[in-house]
Amino acid sequence: MTWKLVGENVTRVEDDRLLRGLGRYTDDLCPEALHVAMVRSPHAHARIVDIDIERVLDVDGVLAVYTYEDLPGPLAEPLPLLIPHPALTHGRTQYALAKDEVNYVGEAVAMVVAIDRYIAEDAAFRISVSYDPLPPVVGIDHARKAEHLVHDDVPGNVAARMEQSTGDAESAIAGAPHKLTLDLEIERSAATPLEGRATLAEWDTGSGRMRVWTSTQTSTGVRAAIAAKLQLDLANVDVITPDVGGGFGVKIMHPWPEDLLVPFVARALGKPVKFIEDRREHFISSAHERGQVQHVEVGFDDDGRILGLSVRFWHDNGAYTPYGIIVPIITSTQLLGPYKPGAYSVVFESLYTNTVVVTPYRGAGRPQGVYAMERTMDAIASYLGRDRTEVRAVNFIQPDELPYDHGLLFQDGRPLIYDSGDYPACLQKLKKLVGWDEFETFREQARSQGRRVGIGLACYVEGTGVGPYEGGHVQVETSGKVKVATGLTSQGQGHQTVFAQIVADELGVRFEDVEVTTGDTRRFPYAVGTFASRAAVMSGSAIAFAARAVRTKALRIAADALEASSDDLEIVDGIVRVKGTPDATIALGTVAVLSNPLRYAFDKASESATQFVVGDPDKPPVAEGDEPGLEGKGYYSPVRSTFASGMHAVIVETDPDTAEIKILRYCVVHDCGHVVNPLIVEGQIHGGVAQGVAGALYERMSYDEHGQLLNASFMDFLMPYVTEVPSKIEIDHLQTPSPLNPLGIKGAGEAGVIPSTAVFAAAIEDAEGIGITSMPISPSELFELRRRNTEASSPGRRAT
Amino acid sequence: MSDPTTADTDGETMHHVRLSVNGATYDIEVPARRLLSDAVRQDIGLTGTHVGCEHGVCGACTVLVDGVPMRSCLMFAVSAEGQEVTTVEGLGDADGSLGAVQQAFKDCHGLQCGFCTPGFLTTITACLRDNPDPTREEASEMVAGNLCRCTGYQNIVSAVLRAAELQGAGCATKPEHAAQEAQA
Repeated sequence: MTWKLVGENVTRVEDDRLLRGLGRYTDDLCPEALHVAMVRSPHAHARIVDIDIERVLDVDGVLAVYTYEDLPGPLAEPLPLLIPHPALTHGRTQYALAKDEVNYVGEAVAMVVAIDRYIAEDAAFRISVSYDPLPPVVGIDHARKAEHLVHDDVPGNVAARMEQSTGDAESAIAGAPHKLTLDLEIERSAATPLEGRATLAEWDTGSGRMRVWTSTQTSTGVRAAIAAKLQLDLANVDVITPDVGGGFGVKIMHPWPEDLLVPFVARALGKPVKFIEDRREHFISSAHERGQVQHVEVGFDDDGRILGLSVRFWHDNGAYTPYGIIVPIITSTQLLGPYKPGAYSVVFESLYTNTVVVTPYRGAGRPQGVYAMERTMDAIASYLGRDRTEVRAVNFIQPDELPYDHGLLFQDGRPLIYDSGDYPACLQKLKKLVGWDEFETFREQARSQGRRVGIGLACYVEGTGVGPYEGGHVQVETSGKVKVATGLTSQGQGHQTVFAQIVADELGVRFEDVEVTTGDTRRFPYAVGTFASRAAVMSGSAIAFAARAVRTKALRIAADALEASSDDLEIVDGIVRVKGTPDATIALGTVAVLSNPLRYAFDKASESATQFVVGDPDKPPVAEGDEPGLEGKGYYSPVRSTFASGMHAVIVETDPDTAEIKILRYCVVHDCGHVVNPLIVEGQIHGGVAQGVAGALYERMSYDEHGQLLNASFMDFLMPYVTEVPSKIEIDHLQTPSPLNPLGIKGAGEAGVIPSTAVFAAAIEDAEGIGITSMPISPSELFELRRRNTEASSPGRRAT
Repeated sequence: MSDPTTADTDGETMHHVRLSVNGATYDIEVPARRLLSDAVRQDIGLTGTHVGCEHGVCGACTVLVDGVPMRSCLMFAVSAEGQEVTTVEGLGDADGSLGAVQQAFKDCHGLQCGFCTPGFLTTITACLRDNPDPTREEASEMVAGNLCRCTGYQNIVSAVLRAAELQGAGCATKPEHAAQEAQA
């Protein structure tokens, strides 16, 4: 088909509301709601001896206090382990309120309900909990040593051990002409949306109905969890996701304790109740990610072709495993990037520590995998004295080898098969964009001025649009307005705009006439959620199918009305017309009227559909197999993920005295198949790159040995301001359509962040001539590295 | 349920405060510790001002107090009495259309989730009044005290320049044109 809007820089329909301050985020709703404040553990590991709530009960404005003892039925059981896996032999989840033991600073212990947050916090402060501290396990080294255990019944602190291989990597390495080993580390960071978690619940005693508004990436997931844990029928629970102030993965985790406790309290007290997470709470009770230690062994030939690759890594999953082992599985599979090692084996252990849980954060294990692989590529190039791009190129999967089966299982349990891509073309574009071949000239110029510069590149392949499915519903109203609903949620990605573009093109209506609702289980109750860069691929495809169904029905009805063959009809700007006969037209809104035979007329349009006006008196008003209304539903359930790809390059300058790291240029070549809206895709890349810069140079979770998070505020956790991100992010697109979905699209949400840690490590190493094996890296750490490295005085020594 | 604005809780003294917000007058009863951000959001009901960190770092809650950008989470409601407060709801044009800074954000895709946006809009409004024709570097400096997690700031800086252009020209050009510029 011909696309008019898909592929165009359409400005967003979301913006007007948000720019006027008329957005509706969870805390903006129901000002009369009661507030909860949580009492959280100040200890990383302790037994709870006693909880004294006596001093709270006489605080005016306090309505209730809850501890574990007050939780009934399934709510008193451990929270769900959302994604079980056979390798997760020792999965553990926390209780909604701690029972007997706490395992991280920030774990919810008690809950106060009061008329406002001020009083709720006053009261929470008066609750006295006595603890018997236990030795905490902090960091991967301590977890591996297992001198102490996080959970008494989990030997070695090992939650999961998983191994996958294709070919015999050990033999391949042993027989290879050259071998290298690398030991790498990457620290924790976190999604850190500007809006924390937030949940509002309202119980209708009369109808026995629960209505919940929550800042989540999966309203259907939260709904099912509430129904199960509060023993409500699913049909009696509505979960609505209003405007969400960013997610970046942390809000796909569910149910958080408060997701269940707030509805529970709303029902118990018969009043609306809300929980609005504050910033410190977000740091110490919402999920983190990234922390891994990696050991790589690689065997390769004289050209740098990888004959065998063996990776072992240790993944810090925090105190519990509510989201299973998705993150390390992704690391272990997406590590391969655009390359085809002769043989590959990977084994990881997912380890418990007395810290906040680890669940997906934008990129979800991929930044770590890309870091391992790209550090390896750079090490091979350095060892052989070859250009880093050449070593990558000899290892690329070639375009004619796609689809390419890696012989492994991906995070969705499906074979890891890349659908499409063109990695050599991508590399050529990146080299041209950044001026790779001219860099040595620039380096020499800079050196002559006493400046130290370096260049790095990193490549990735990202499985996007994972199943199992999404659905969409499209309905044409008698006014001609088109209402679209899909179940997955939005956190700023511009879904209302993008999906409206798709519907406008597929159905042939005006963009302005399309209105999209996401994440409201009342409108579309079947959905999975927004993660894994899947919204455009999954819901975009489902909505396209739904629009096509509506179009087919519209043409059938219009063909009758116009006494034409539906093959001769087209729909343009909401008008069905006979091609080449400009007078023979019928508005889509009128078709909607005709689609729904009426007994009652309430306006001129409906009058034309009443029983004395339309229909064959010898046939049922609604034909057998037909349905009233001009609407359609569609589902998209792909056999497996589609794989987007891209390559980043960065040029950095490191200050010879202060070790300050400055970004001179940041270049991105990106392939997400057909681009629905370049403005939005580039916005996603910008944001991803900024988070990548953050993870590479600034952000970390500074836990001390006692498990206290020392930087749990925006004063101390260095989220970049505009001054820390590149002043310009240069972007080039490559579009290799996916053969797996009707629009040929691939996901774009996470890509910007994925190669950043790797690309900065490469560029800093190139500038400094010192191996970079631990990320993020601060100026102080680089300064220390220089001091420790005798070669620090000979910058830029490496051939590239 | 008791109304939080009238409850005399735990010995807290309530204060009558007359706030002028976006040109309208509001009389509210609040305890001395009620933050301006909470008063604006909860007592007055203007929820466009968002609270992102409660400790004055992120800038999402920035409002203009007598025209000067202030972190409303670091200011008590009682101390705003007698001053003119402008929130994001007060940045639109008199005819109901988007103000120049708001329009520029739309043109340049300067927002994604929109949560931090009100603080940027108020800040930029004040800064452009002081410097109506900033260079790109000055535009960047204007927003250097506000955190955004979605946009990577690229299009926000472009939006500052676009807003300056709109204010200078006194009329809006085509959004498509601005979008192309933002990418250029």
